[in-house]
Amino acid sequence: MHPAPSVILFTVASGLGFGMMALIGFGFGPAGPVAGPITCLVALALAGLGLLASTFHLGNPQRFLLAFTQWRSSWLSREGVVSVALMSVFFLYAALWAWTGAPSRPLGLISSALALLAVFCTAMIYGQLKTVPRWSTPFTPAMFLGSALGGGVIAVALADTLAGRTAPIGTGVALLAASAMSYAYRRAAAGITLKSAGSSPESATGLGALGRVRLLEPPHSQPNYLLKEMVFTVGRKHAEKLALIAVVFGLFAPLFLFIVARDPAGYGLPALFGPLGLSLALLLHLGGALASRWLFFAEAEHVVGLYYGRR
Amino acid sequence: MTMSPASTDRKLGLVIDLDTCVGCHACVISCKEWNTGGYGAPLSDRNAYGAGTDGAFLNRVHMFEAKDETGPAQVVHFPKSCLHCEDAPCVTVCPTGASYKRQEDGIVLVNEDACIGCGLCAWACPYGAREMDVTAGVMKKCTLCVDRIYNENIPEVDRIPSCVRTCPAGARHFGDLGDENSDVSILVADRGGFDLMPELGTKPVNKYLPPRPKADRIEDKLDEPFSLAALAQPETRGFLGWLDRALERI
Repeated sequence: MHPAPSVILFTVASGLGFGMMALIGFGFGPAGPVAGPITCLVALALAGLGLLASTFHLGNPQRFLLAFTQWRSSWLSREGVVSVALMSVFFLYAALWAWTGAPSRPLGLISSALALLAVFCTAMIYGQLKTVPRWSTPFTPAMFLGSALGGGVIAVALADTLAGRTAPIGTGVALLAASAMSYAYRRAAAGITLKSAGSSPESATGLGALGRVRLLEPPHSQPNYLLKEMVFTVGRKHAEKLALIAVVFGLFAPLFLFIVARDPAGYGLPALFGPLGLSLALLLHLGGALASRWLFFAEAEHVVGLYYGRR
Repeated sequence: MTMSPASTDRKLGLVIDLDTCVGCHACVISCKEWNTGGYGAPLSDRNAYGAGTDGAFLNRVHMFEAKDETGPAQVVHFPKSCLHCEDAPCVTVCPTGASYKRQEDGIVLVNEDACIGCGLCAWACPYGAREMDVTAGVMKKCTLCVDRIYNENIPEVDRIPSCVRTCPAGARHFGDLGDENSDVSILVADRGGFDLMPELGTKPVNKYLPPRPKADRIEDKLDEPFSLAALAQPETRGFLGWLDRALERI
């Protein structure tokens, strides 16, 4: 599948924002009447940036309001509805926090639930597609949720440090979980091919009774929309290296930095290492998340390739 | 509305005869010609006269080779367009309701005024039946020539999809596949019509007819004595038959 930059930016940035919201709503992060709402605004900005990016690849973005209408059947529509509901509730949560000086527990918990639901909806846009067997597994939402929460933990810990607090070490578990989910997705996906999903040139053409089927001539000499969009093969040869980079630099290194930088004094390091270390952790994690998401698309094979003798 | 109808009153669709198709691409051109000037945005081309030509088509003809262990390879021309599936995944994924399946005849259409051009329906389609018109930014697909089949302003003989009307080999048939007594349903039953990628559960309305078994292949008879006369010998009856037998006896 074609890894459109706008879609990668959308899923990574909104995932990070939603992950932060899930954690903040649950009570993590700065507690002060200024630092708290500011952290909320950062999360809102990231989610908003992601959603804005998602409109860049649309042919007619001016009609986006219609995308909120089909939530009964469409995961993409549900993603839009849940995101807007979440951002509204979370904005209210942040505004009331700034107004009253203390966060509202019920609104926070609603935000957390909506944030997890929003990430799930994002993942299901891809996870629902039977035409891409690698995506059509429960590991897809698991990986998206892990990635969102992992990023959220680092970003919220950075906010903690900047606000002069020490992030609880327990939240680092989310980074471990994110690594596990990422690994689980990759391991599961590696075993899924078009063939193992039951599709082949023979099933695609229905000509299996005549023998083995292969493409002799494509319908046209130049690549078309279908090939550009769904038979993207560039860069697959670097897949293993990129996957390793995504996990080591995107999850393990940030986990190490998180453990040390959340409490630099405990490791005999200057206090400045706190924000610096966590900023580096966030940058590394984002780089890893972008690589991982790029691979998510670039490695995915669509059954339509069977009609073109390509995967 | 992007919920699929539970069932449709009719199931209009195509039956494509892979035995008869000669791969001339006339249906491709005729489809493009009709639909670039008909329903909705034109099917735009980019760099139409140079390298890197790119354009939206609703119907394309592939060419496959099928070969078993022993026999010679067989070439099959393979036209492919929207199959107007009963459980069309392209319809339910649409976030705006632009993509829909009609209750009255089962045709899957795109309301281009509501399409945001996100492309998710094209991802959901296993058959590559949907192509984005990058100039208009909306999704294009086979309409089963909805602007011909009900069009009382054109002669009745033309009220069938353009591809069917134009096919010089008679390899394309149009009708109601929901009616088991229709010509197309009888054709499908007689010839063993099949679905493409049945494993994906889309329940396509369009059916494909398999190539007929080839007549005696020369490879199967290489160990028989060769007789050119036997190949050309028709059975003769009537006066000519009597003459033939009489001359044999002389």
